[in-house]
Amino acid sequence: MSTQTVPETGELGTADPLLAVDDLHVQFRSRDGLVHAVNGVSFTVNAGETLGVIGESGSGKSVTSQAIMGILPPTASVTGEIRYRGEDLLKLPEQRRRAIRAESVAIVFQDALSSLNPVFTVGFQIAELFRKHRGMSRSEAKQEAVRMLDLVRIPNAKERVRSFPHEFSGGMRQRVMIAMALALDPDVLIADEPTTALDVTIQAQVMDLLRDLQAERDMGLILITHDMGVVADVCDEIAVMYAGRVVERAPVRDIYATPAHPYTRALLRSIPRVDRKGSALDVIEGLPPNLARIPQGCSFHPRCPFVQERCRLDEPPLYQVGYGRDSACHYWEEVVDA
Amino acid sequence: MSETTSATRRNEPVIEVKDLVKHFPLTQGIVFRRTVGHVHAVDGVSFDVHRGETLGLVGESGCGKSTIGRLLMGLERPTSGQIKVLGEDISTLGDKDLRRIRRDIQIVLQDPYSSLNPRMTVGDIVGEPFEIHPEVAPKGSRRARVQELLDVVGLSPEHLNRYPHQFSGGQRQRIGIARALALRPKVIVCDEPVSALDVSVQAQVVNLLDELQEEFDLSYVFIAHDLSVVRHICDRIAVMYLGKLVELGSDDQITEHPTHPYTQGLLSAVPVPDPELRDKRQRVPLEGDVPNPADPPSGCRFRTRCFKAEDVCAHEEPLLQLRDGSPHPSACHFAEERDVVHARS
Repeated sequence: MSTQTVPETGELGTADPLLAVDDLHVQFRSRDGLVHAVNGVSFTVNAGETLGVIGESGSGKSVTSQAIMGILPPTASVTGEIRYRGEDLLKLPEQRRRAIRAESVAIVFQDALSSLNPVFTVGFQIAELFRKHRGMSRSEAKQEAVRMLDLVRIPNAKERVRSFPHEFSGGMRQRVMIAMALALDPDVLIADEPTTALDVTIQAQVMDLLRDLQAERDMGLILITHDMGVVADVCDEIAVMYAGRVVERAPVRDIYATPAHPYTRALLRSIPRVDRKGSALDVIEGLPPNLARIPQGCSFHPRCPFVQERCRLDEPPLYQVGYGRDSACHYWEEVVDA
Repeated sequence: MSETTSATRRNEPVIEVKDLVKHFPLTQGIVFRRTVGHVHAVDGVSFDVHRGETLGLVGESGCGKSTIGRLLMGLERPTSGQIKVLGEDISTLGDKDLRRIRRDIQIVLQDPYSSLNPRMTVGDIVGEPFEIHPEVAPKGSRRARVQELLDVVGLSPEHLNRYPHQFSGGQRQRIGIARALALRPKVIVCDEPVSALDVSVQAQVVNLLDELQEEFDLSYVFIAHDLSVVRHICDRIAVMYLGKLVELGSDDQITEHPTHPYTQGLLSAVPVPDPELRDKRQRVPLEGDVPNPADPPSGCRFRTRCFKAEDVCAHEEPLLQLRDGSPHPSACHFAEERDVVHARS
């Protein structure tokens, strides 16, 4: 395969954000009818910035990341725009799109064991990237693989390139995944629940690594997770997703200090904290909606303590509630004051 | 017996564990099997649980906490040591007596997707314990009893004839809890009961467990890796590392005044949902992975990852006991209090 070049910064003007998702919709056909997995999601990520995307299972956060990577199954219909340095990935010809996605946008999945090929050594799998995309020889590529394993702080990298995925522990395997994602020097890294399967101690190591690598390489990082603790530690900005929509978007400090959406507020109040001993936890009653039958009006209204008549009928737009802050709640002022 | 300061000791112990050891043989060869070593899953653990109390068992994966849960249930036989449930040593009991004891000790498993039989209705799942212990609920009253149980755990009694796949994860965990409650046990072993659930649902299940404890005067052994949940629900916490307890104390002693470097490392690794505290908290570094439990380090098992390790740690195994630097039992030669969960002022 020949090497495709990807535009450098400045070629298309610096006004364009690194990655912009604009009014993204994803629908799946299923036996239950049309499943509305993502319903008008917009956000941007700039170089060196970390965006945290938070949501429960079924909120559409992983589908969004898969849409960006272009790895959704054929049953999905995707509309909207996903712009990388101003170029809409959804409208580009297949070849060009693949080139951009291969070189510039990378992803790390939650489950490292099933994302790696069990019958090849990790060294081979990393080296393959350099051989395919950089046209390196076997021995050059092998050396690069060692360098990558060193970079993600795997001890004794020279020996470990010859190991198979099952010979690594969970944390080390996740490091291998990060090494593969960073091999071609991407500008944007999507980390989809990168530490969910790991112990807290290993989680801390992997998050430290991600944070350091991001700062070193000035990457845009999209961290997808359900853990409000992890995002508080590393993110600059946070987008909270519910039923396929971004319901609140804000700088990290604001969202924890004064959440402006009832869902964010309830999420924050339902987590037990090690540094505080509380009484009974606040719960969010009920369940997230079935995405084939999203409630009319605000999708959160059946579970919302602030609900009023209008919420059952009108779907709230994203109201601007402050500098760089949006909330999709008609009554955000009450939520902030509560 | 543990030597906790007895603020939480309500009355008689319902579980007493003494010098519990469980080794799993490692075998090689297919035709001629031979044992080539042992995995030291649990290696000399002692603790007790009192009536109405919740004991938390925390540690990284592979530290042996789930094995303890299985040993308590009599699902595994200990290699040596003693487990007394309500005064009876279950490690010496035969199958028939064990069955009788299991009425009093039940388990809630981690994964609500694989721990419920997909071919059985909810009514059959929750009512199955009555097949084995018919004396608890005579045949005629079972249906009513099952409906009552579903009501207790917050499910609608009409759901009796539904199948597990028709429920969400949180609801399935409630079914698992109803099944555990069916025989009116005194003790419930909760093996990671909320770690597979979403945050908003986690809180519902944690609160349910709290209410049930009040209502039925239950004792819990709460096995988990999530320290914030453990802190919320437990009266006392035992911290495990590689098959041994390294620290044991009340929830405040363990979370606010931990003295073992491992506990400190574990606590400081828990992310706190408050960006204001970013970089203000003390981090106790924990490098590397847990060593191989088939070949644990000599002396203190934690020494390979410990920032305090000295020569003595390699030679002399620190016992779980009260120390100068620790008002509660701690298995570190250099035990010293340190608050790692709060920000430095």
